[in-house]
Amino acid sequence: MIQALTLLLSFQLIGEVAARALNLPLPGPVLGMLALVSLFILLPRAQEIARPVATALLANLSLLFVPAGVGIVGHLDRLGNDGAPILLAIVVSTGLAIGVGAVVFSAVARFAGVRDD
Amino acid sequence: MTEFADIWSYLAQGPLVWLAATMAAYLVGDMAFRASGRKPFVNPVLIAVVLLAATLWTTQTPYATYFEGAQFVHFMLGPATVALAVPLYTHRAIIRKTIFPLVAALLAGSLTAVVSALFIANAFGIEGVTLASLAPKSATAPVALGVSEAVGGSPTLTAVLVILTGITGAVIATPILNLLRIRDWRARGFAVGVAAHGIGTARAFQVNEQAGAFAGVGMGLNALLTAILAPLILTFFQ
Repeated sequence: MIQALTLLLSFQLIGEVAARALNLPLPGPVLGMLALVSLFILLPRAQEIARPVATALLANLSLLFVPAGVGIVGHLDRLGNDGAPILLAIVVSTGLAIGVGAVVFSAVARFAGVRDD
Repeated sequence: MTEFADIWSYLAQGPLVWLAATMAAYLVGDMAFRASGRKPFVNPVLIAVVLLAATLWTTQTPYATYFEGAQFVHFMLGPATVALAVPLYTHRAIIRKTIFPLVAALLAGSLTAVVSALFIANAFGIEGVTLASLAPKSATAPVALGVSEAVGGSPTLTAVLVILTGITGAVIATPILNLLRIRDWRARGFAVGVAAHGIGTARAFQVNEQAGAFAGVGMGLNALLTAILAPLILTFFQ
């Protein structure tokens, strides 16, 4: 577990340093994720080390969003005034985006002959 | 015997109370989710947020005090994002094979999410800081906050809108995709990851492992695209 956590934290650190040093618009953890995939391709054994902790983290991903969500208490007055239209915009746009994304994916997959197997 | 008020004022200084409360509230949410037979609208994040917000409000605790404890949980978002490398690597062959559908669905989903949200909000007279905070709502939290700051939004408001978007996506994805008769787990997962980032991805992992992996890819790719698209699209609404 210590090895896996060290691996994940080190690659997050690499990502943060790269994002700042190269002035990239991407967040450090996303760059760290890309760098870690590259490491797995070069050194497949690293993936076996990371797997148990990574799987446990991803299985409980929802929990990690709770603290940011509680931040809603600081915005209740703004949401009180504009709450209904903001909520409508979020619900409709999220529904549309999911529908459009999935329909485009299946249509292009069928057109390009990419089978689901 | 020490008065309860004294114990409380001692505990309220440290991070322990709010860290424990965050875990306990999520556990309650997760138990309710399981007890409901994993119904998508019984969302554990939503339940935990409502319980904690109500507790903060009753105890008159400022969010900053709460966050001192909860930050340990919040911090794990970074390593968890890096951990997405594992399902990405595991599913690399399928991802390479589906590169055309992936790119097409990413462009369509990401554009739809930003344009339709800004259009609806703007039609109801929302502008300025609130509108700018809404633009990156489909991207994963760390990216969305950075974009919001860059385009003149409020990062803390964006954090809340990102969470609301994620919960919405997790709740409505299954009914919408069933209605559209999309049976391909890759298409279902990917679309949810693009539109509803980590919370959508977490939901996809609960439903199907392949859907979860594709949701993770969708979330990662949309983090890149939103950072580019959201500022551009926002200029048409200002």
